[in-house]
Amino acid sequence: MKEKFKNMSDTNLLLTITIVIFFLMYIGAILFLGEGFLKPQAFFNILNSQAALIITSCGLSLVMITGGIDISVGGVVALVSMSCAVLLDYKGGNIAEAILLAIGIGLAFGIVQGFLVAYLDIQPFIVTLAGMFFARGLTTIVHTNPFNVEHAGFIALKDTRIYIPGMGSFNKKGVYIPAYINIGVVVAIVVVIVLFCVLRWSKAGRHFYAVGGNRQSALMLGINVKRTVFASHVMCGLLAGIAGFVYFMYVGSGSPAHASGMEMNAIASSIIGGTLLTGGVGNIIGTLFGVLSLSTIQNIVQSAGLDQAWWTNITIAAMLCLFLVIQSIVMARKKSAE
Amino acid sequence: MKENAILEMKGIYKIFPGVRALQDVDFTLCKGEIHALMGENGAGKSTLIKVLTGVYEKDGGDIFLEGLGKAAVIRSPQDAQKLGISTVYQEITLCPNLSVAENMYIGRGDGAVQNWKKMNADADKILQNLDIPARGAQQLSSCSIAIQQMVAIARAVDMDCKVLILDEPTSSLDEKEVEKLFGLMRDLKKRGVGIIFVTHFLDQVYEVCDKITVLRDGKLVGEYEIKDLPRVQLVSKMLGKELDDMSDIKSDALAYKGKDADTNVFEAVGLQSNADIKPFNFHIKKGEVNGFTGLLGSGRSECVRAIFGADRVIAGNVKKDGKEVKIKKPIDAMKLGIAYLPEDRKLDGIVGDLSVRENIILAAQVLRGAFKPFSKAETYKIADEYIKMLEIKTASADTPIKSLSGGNQQKCILARWLLTHPDYLILDEPTRGIDVGTKIEIQKLVLKLASEGMSVTFISSETDEMLRTCSRLIVMRDRKVVGELSNEELCQSSIMNTIAGGGTTDEK
Repeated sequence: MKEKFKNMSDTNLLLTITIVIFFLMYIGAILFLGEGFLKPQAFFNILNSQAALIITSCGLSLVMITGGIDISVGGVVALVSMSCAVLLDYKGGNIAEAILLAIGIGLAFGIVQGFLVAYLDIQPFIVTLAGMFFARGLTTIVHTNPFNVEHAGFIALKDTRIYIPGMGSFNKKGVYIPAYINIGVVVAIVVVIVLFCVLRWSKAGRHFYAVGGNRQSALMLGINVKRTVFASHVMCGLLAGIAGFVYFMYVGSGSPAHASGMEMNAIASSIIGGTLLTGGVGNIIGTLFGVLSLSTIQNIVQSAGLDQAWWTNITIAAMLCLFLVIQSIVMARKKSAE
Repeated sequence: MKENAILEMKGIYKIFPGVRALQDVDFTLCKGEIHALMGENGAGKSTLIKVLTGVYEKDGGDIFLEGLGKAAVIRSPQDAQKLGISTVYQEITLCPNLSVAENMYIGRGDGAVQNWKKMNADADKILQNLDIPARGAQQLSSCSIAIQQMVAIARAVDMDCKVLILDEPTSSLDEKEVEKLFGLMRDLKKRGVGIIFVTHFLDQVYEVCDKITVLRDGKLVGEYEIKDLPRVQLVSKMLGKELDDMSDIKSDALAYKGKDADTNVFEAVGLQSNADIKPFNFHIKKGEVNGFTGLLGSGRSECVRAIFGADRVIAGNVKKDGKEVKIKKPIDAMKLGIAYLPEDRKLDGIVGDLSVRENIILAAQVLRGAFKPFSKAETYKIADEYIKMLEIKTASADTPIKSLSGGNQQKCILARWLLTHPDYLILDEPTRGIDVGTKIEIQKLVLKLASEGMSVTFISSETDEMLRTCSRLIVMRDRKVVGELSNEELCQSSIMNTIAGGGTTDEK
């Protein structure tokens, strides 16, 4: 056992910590806050509401693994949902066009920011801070006021439920309510699986880790560092675009205030998921569990009757600290075990 | 090309603005030989290596490789790798967060899919073949520096390299690790790899190399068979002068003769820090040069760090000039007139992006306080004075310190501490990784300072250096002071004996 602990890579160790803590927390919620959490639908609701955050965080993790950061993702999500809303309701566009628009906006942000960071060697924080302001500003220019989308086809898509057999439950009147997930969750799951495979089993995926681990060394090992950094930002932008559409499908409206602070939640999720801000260590599955942990804790806080926003923020802060402390203790123990 | 040669560099020129870094340098490497490239800092070794590996583009001359009809074109490290030239640098250029196997295979090979099983198996095979005690699946950061270096070599070997360049690979290894590395080098030699070995350690050159090429001031001095070139001659070839002053630079004429020569400048009783050392007693007289000696990791540095307050002191009393004082942090020691030149120049010494001038005034400025800054004119005056005094080779006082050679960086840090006008100076490995010429300069400076009444504690891994400078040695073993030698007792064998634990007699 001890031998195994010693030989574990940092990435896998942090991943294990995250998963264990998530399950402990969920079990705690079931024990203390009653059976609401025991219903599968409670879990699926977390997925439904957080699908966009999962996708965004995955993209962000990729950038963080290469040692960078992208704080424009929240702005991009807001811009995408507003643009799609305007396209569908005022410009007579259809859903296919809206999806293309979402991907286009995401890619555009990714490519421009990636170029500035990778090839002009500007700090990613600065570049994406500018990107964030730009995206938020542009959202208001596209349309100033919040509005609900009434496009019939879109509403049908938004309300599409994928029922999960055997997971439903009976309400107080004894009526069977089947469990369901939204289309966005399917998208998120596909994204997680694809990214996980890319990072684990493709040579290009391993380059992200190498660059994050030691940029100079990666260069000496024959890796095209600039292209790798560029690719990470493009992927992150693309995923922010996709997340924007998934978010749009969940809220069904456009508003400049949408997705405010989402980039911070995404960073928090990645970190809870075991991604190190210093780069080189991280895992997409961890990020998934990071998002789940974050929203579970939010649900717990709300079920406990503390539904004001500041309570959520304070718990997130406490949880981040807790995770970081546990991570650093375990990493230090590993170091001393060597 | 010469018979048996795998690499020939002919008439290489490299010109930097204002400097002719290489002038008409020839270099030949044969199959299965270990060839030392020697020279002082600034002699052009690094430049020659960088030309060969494509980091710099040469301004003249040709590079020929075995089996290549025409002159080779090397424009980037990748080009060099493709031609079978691999380099292992002093700093590990691998990724600590990846596994050993990944570090050996990343960035090369075709295909998009990572086959972990095959990669780990292949890596294990090579590691076993080269007798390197690591497994492919292990994370690199869990290996010691020596193993990491060997992994880098294994990668080079697996890339079918014909020319392997080892640039100062031994400077962070201890003796056993060095031995292991040499074993690996000899093994590769048998397989027909040509190895270029760059190092400052003369002993190592004579232990493992076949030939020596000496460079000086960017020019070729000559190529020699190792048996034709005794050590003393090698050094004089590197320095370009006969070296009679190297053997005996210590002389009684230099000893401090003031009437307070018998007073203790610094005294410690039962001093102990949190860096895991046993309590120790220590004193130093005015104008004395003493030293801590012992094997790597025996606690030499930890002792002086405790004196300077760089580690947290947990027990013991200290007296400065006879008065009881408390040293809790470095600034306390600095205020008492103690200066400490740290062991790790890169980490604790230089501030790389600041200029030579700013680096020099740093400690003095801290002592004066942040609200009484030196005027710019003053700092230039001070910097120029010390640059002249210590003969620091720098383009100007405003050059960033990181662009200086190791020896000159060290001189800047020395200047920084001399500027605080200490009466007690602690030098922890001041000569590590710098060339012979500068080493002697520093040793001479230490003796000169002592003769003017400064007390100096000197730590070095090289015993002969200690013997040349110190009049008293404190010997350490296993983080404990085990003996003290002075005057007639000071010789290699008595030090060895004390380190080894008395009783045993050492033929050396």
